Amino acid sequence: MKLKVYVTLKPGVLDPQGRAIHHALGSLGFGGVEDVRVGRLIELTVADGTDDAAVEAMCRQLLANTVIENFRIEHA
Amino acid sequence: MKTAVLVFPGSNCDRDIAVALELLTGTAPAMVWHAETSLPDGLGLVVVPGGFSYGDYLRSGAIAARSPVMRAVVEAAGRGLPVLGVCNGFQVLTEAGLLPGALMRNAGLSFVCRDVPLTVGNAESVFTRLYTKGETVTFPVAHHDGNYFADADTLDRLESNGRVAFRYAEPVNGSTRDIAGILNDAGNVLGMMPHPERRIEAAHGGTDGRRLFEGLMELVGA
Repeated sequence: MKLKVYVTLKPGVLDPQGRAIHHALGSLGFGGVEDVRVGRLIELTVADGTDDAAVEAMCRQLLANTVIENFRIEHA
Repeated sequence: MKTAVLVFPGSNCDRDIAVALELLTGTAPAMVWHAETSLPDGLGLVVVPGGFSYGDYLRSGAIAARSPVMRAVVEAAGRGLPVLGVCNGFQVLTEAGLLPGALMRNAGLSFVCRDVPLTVGNAESVFTRLYTKGETVTFPVAHHDGNYFADADTLDRLESNGRVAFRYAEPVNGSTRDIAGILNDAGNVLGMMPHPERRIEAAHGGTDGRRLFEGLMELVGA
């Protein structure tokens, strides 16, 4: 079973990388970009029937730092 | 004073701190590999050194914080053993939940490697007792992810409880409220981005780092 975990910075947490990318897009002439936030996609292959609670525990304990990040689990 | 230094794959300041501790205490520290499940007996200090543990994969310090030896460190810290985390070690201590907040990419995105002036914010802990509150000391920094972040409530609590040990006296990495180093509630865990172990001998350009260890040695005894 394949899962995708999206880890994103919480709103309000400054994202220097996103800001640099935003700036670079502007230098390339792409106008109209209002904001850029960088996150991480983690693809997991787990045993069939692995329950969401187990995956959520993985996210809380390691995959995301919940001080600064949110996570979202998506079934592929 | 008997000391120990943790060693993770990718640690590199473990040797700097080992040289400093041997010079100051007269005894080489025990170097404890990350896969160990216990710490040596009779320690007066455990240091989580700088470096790039596990290549900083996932997040700086994230994998190291979940290594077997860190369970022993968390337990020992709970019993009151002094724990010092420098640079990557600070990142490991926040990831392990021993200190609040997180260390993010420097606001300027660049790796910062230079001497920085710091203001001492707490002169009462086991680590900072030989400094004077408000005093300026100079330590080198060398990091990419030193931008301290915590929510406003956490920051207020840190400040009102005197847990900000060191602040940057000039802009360095975008840290909220210029925080360079913090203590836990009990005062026995200190995490800091600057490197006191690189200011021990006159040849380092200064000796401001000595007192951090000497204050502890006075308490623990030789």
